[in-house]
Amino acid sequence: MTNHYIDLKNSDVILIMGSNAAEHHPIAFKWILRAKEQNGARLIHVDPRYTRTSARCDYHVPLRSGTDIAFLGGMIHYILTNHKYFRDYVVNYTNASFIVSKDFSFNDGLFSGYDPAKRKYNKDTWVFEKDDKGVPKRDMTLNDPQCVFQLLKKHFSRYTLDKVSSITGVSKENLTKVYAEYSATGVPDKAGTECYALGWTHHTTGSQIIRTMSIIQLLLGNMGIAGGGVNALRGEPNVQGSTDHAILYNILPGYLKMPPASLDTLEKYLEKNTPKSNDPQSANYYQNYPKFTVSFLKSMFGDKAVKENDFGYSWLPKVDDGVAYSLMHLFDKMYEGKVKGLFVVGTDPAVSSPNTAKVRKALEKLDWMVGENIFDNETYSFWKGPGVDPKKVKTEVFLLPASATMEKEGSQSNSGRWVQWKYKAAESPEDAIPVGEITIKIMAAVKALYAKEGGACPAPILNLKWDYTDAKGRYDALKVSKQINGYFLKDTVVDDKGVKTLYKKGQTVPTFGMLQADGSTSSGNWIMAGSFDAKGLNKMTLRGKDDPTGLGLYPNWSYAWPLNRRIIYNRASCDINGKPYNPKRRLLEWTGDKWVGDVPDGPWPPMADKAKGKYPFIMKPDGLGALFGPGMVEGPFPEHYEPLEGPLTKNPLSGQLINPAIEIFKSDMDKVANADAKFPYVCTTYSCTEHWCSGALTRWQAWLLEMQPELYVEIGEKLAQEKGIQNGSRVKVQSVRGQVECVAMVTKRFQPFTVEGKTVHQVGLPFNYGWLFPKDGGDSTNFLTPTVGDANTFCPEYKAFMVNVVKL
Amino acid sequence: MKISRRGFLTLSGAVGSGLALSSLGINLKSLRAYADELDKMNKVKSARQVTTICCYCSVGCGLVCSVDNATGKIFNIEGDADHPINEGSLCAKGAGLFDLTEANKYRLKKVLYRAPMSDKWEEKNWEWALNRIARLVKDTRDSGFVTRNSKGELVNRCETIGHLGSSNVDNEECWLMSLKARALGLVYIDHQARV
Repeated sequence: MTNHYIDLKNSDVILIMGSNAAEHHPIAFKWILRAKEQNGARLIHVDPRYTRTSARCDYHVPLRSGTDIAFLGGMIHYILTNHKYFRDYVVNYTNASFIVSKDFSFNDGLFSGYDPAKRKYNKDTWVFEKDDKGVPKRDMTLNDPQCVFQLLKKHFSRYTLDKVSSITGVSKENLTKVYAEYSATGVPDKAGTECYALGWTHHTTGSQIIRTMSIIQLLLGNMGIAGGGVNALRGEPNVQGSTDHAILYNILPGYLKMPPASLDTLEKYLEKNTPKSNDPQSANYYQNYPKFTVSFLKSMFGDKAVKENDFGYSWLPKVDDGVAYSLMHLFDKMYEGKVKGLFVVGTDPAVSSPNTAKVRKALEKLDWMVGENIFDNETYSFWKGPGVDPKKVKTEVFLLPASATMEKEGSQSNSGRWVQWKYKAAESPEDAIPVGEITIKIMAAVKALYAKEGGACPAPILNLKWDYTDAKGRYDALKVSKQINGYFLKDTVVDDKGVKTLYKKGQTVPTFGMLQADGSTSSGNWIMAGSFDAKGLNKMTLRGKDDPTGLGLYPNWSYAWPLNRRIIYNRASCDINGKPYNPKRRLLEWTGDKWVGDVPDGPWPPMADKAKGKYPFIMKPDGLGALFGPGMVEGPFPEHYEPLEGPLTKNPLSGQLINPAIEIFKSDMDKVANADAKFPYVCTTYSCTEHWCSGALTRWQAWLLEMQPELYVEIGEKLAQEKGIQNGSRVKVQSVRGQVECVAMVTKRFQPFTVEGKTVHQVGLPFNYGWLFPKDGGDSTNFLTPTVGDANTFCPEYKAFMVNVVKL
Repeated sequence: MKISRRGFLTLSGAVGSGLALSSLGINLKSLRAYADELDKMNKVKSARQVTTICCYCSVGCGLVCSVDNATGKIFNIEGDADHPINEGSLCAKGAGLFDLTEANKYRLKKVLYRAPMSDKWEEKNWEWALNRIARLVKDTRDSGFVTRNSKGELVNRCETIGHLGSSNVDNEECWLMSLKARALGLVYIDHQARV
């Protein structure tokens, strides 16, 4: 989230799209309702299905799954043609005025530089023209036909009401209603926010859906303000932290890039990843990338990381350039028999991964699996699953008992980036120990074997700093936490505007501003540097309830990265002189010599000060919000493409049916049935309040299971009537990849759509069930879903695919 | 009758659940249930109270665990009324957090092992399991290690071991796993953030 949960109360219009907040984030929804109670905020729900969220919103607008970019693209078209944008903000705080290279083009759904054989773009033309100083050229009038603003206008001019209505199945009246109401926040004293969840990320166009909304928020001046932002209501307790700490193939802790094979030295890696800006008003904060990288290597390899050995850079594994190693790639390779061992910690991929039949087949090809969890699940017990003969499965499986959350100390980060400390309330039962301790013990045992026997590339294992136990040899979370924050590794004098402070070797680094690239500091994750002060105070434990701004920032409750900033890009809440755009919600204000309010995005004066002032979006090389975003793999502007599996044979907007940059998996179990009469209904998947994700924790709890005991499919009344399906009867839901049996719930919550003049029915199922427990609860919904992901992130497309429903 | 806020919450919880169950036609022996709840309320007052954060969605609601001073066991978990986000309230899952403690009979409490071709779990001790796991990790890594890729570039990686999970453990544990995976040279590293 750019903002945080309590801040939802500060909004005037809340668009909930891609989320069923009332059921999946009930306590977050409390703050949404408070916005309604306190500000008279308008609440809008756009979703294929009518849910409890719809019931509490002012109104619900159903749209066909997978058409969010068309819907939002129509809103951009509306904002631009009706002059609803916040011009002062757009001119000063976004790259709207930048002049794009004349070689850039867009034609029939494709941007310049596409290579159909590789399904990838060469982005050489997605660039700005620069002046003789190397600074992007700008037209502050926004009239130049080659400026971002005009190109954006042209790009979305095709997203007319008629076209968008025909694609999404949303009536023109509903489209206009949402567009008018939401774009009314494009004024200084109104805030509009958007809440999304897996309903946006689970598409082959997921990242671009979110980018489309980001463009809207920039046009309306809703980024960086109280009650604004683009807010992911994330679905796992520490998914923010697990992402920050990079249990992911593509990044290292702190969002440092995973090194590719072509960058074989630290120098090359830093050169490539340290952005440059010739604009003196751009803070370009990532110019500090080398400091974050070297401090990370120092935390990983300790004294073994020295300048002479590139701080151990060569010991890090390198990924092949342009190759992804996501969960879907892992199971694809496993299915080919190329993966031998697997760690499965606190997760249940045999239920939660797409194309379950393929995943379960792949697991049978493993030599060994190490599971760590508090309950058994369908992954650990795959060898005795439905249709599997244990006597034919060679896999050795270890299932290690883990401590539950309240049985261990440590921190957890919510999606508002609040990092909160948890205390240990009780001992773990019998032989259970924290996952942290299991990790330490396994790695210590591996280290001991390498020390004794040698082996392949032993250096990273032997040189790994791994002293995170207490005097009794138990996992010490506080020790790890301080290592993540980082230390001064030698006595250091820091000069802050003439004030010199001596920090002794061994003191915790109080801010990432003090990290160094020479090996004199460590930080396991630079964004967390500052979670301890220099005296070792753990700010994550703070429980102060003061709220000086009255906006619910609670600056002394826990710690929010970065540097306790509660709303990021907050300098954009003020005009170029540092005065709040909205005097009613003073998030930040420049008083002539300093900022007052939230922790500002950097100490510099506001940008009207041409000598010392900086632009507000300090993490962007150009310092401004990116309406034109060349970082995306499928184009600098979002474009509507159909899901991999959908009801149409042609994209109504262009000759490109599906996202041209998605990777197509090609195993014999990766079948696709687009616009196939055998699978005529659009299907989506979701959760419920009582279960959590795959249900691997909640299905073992009697109270919760009693509330939601088994799998069901929701079917609209008209479709049920056509198929002769009664409410409560047993049905089979089939896709080209697999099928599940479940109960039919005939409902008004799904209504048919009219798409390109034809009636399209949509159905939906929860994804919370598996065969292991309860015995009659039904199996994984993901038997139906395809192995395909978003082109940028490889989040699987769980939210739009095609099925049939058959009465049993 | 003097009643603290926390006492009131516990009491109203007792009344609420009584109503819900009686509506199902179950004989509650209501007086006894009421007495039990009062007893629990007294226990809460004298218990050691430890704060924690909910382990389901990412809102980050606060909870208070009440721990019996004599046994060291958790006997009650409820919303933290002082927490600025949830202000004491919880959803159905959070309100049921107690069912993740050892009171849940399905909790794993022993190291389990399934041998090749076997149709059952068997109990093992930690030492045996750690030694066997380390052996398998090392043998798999050593035999499949890729020093250079097809272009001849130095890659120092192990493609034959994958690592999945987890966004359901603490930051410090995530960081340790992230480093463990990199030190082993793994590249197939992923978790729920993507799915």
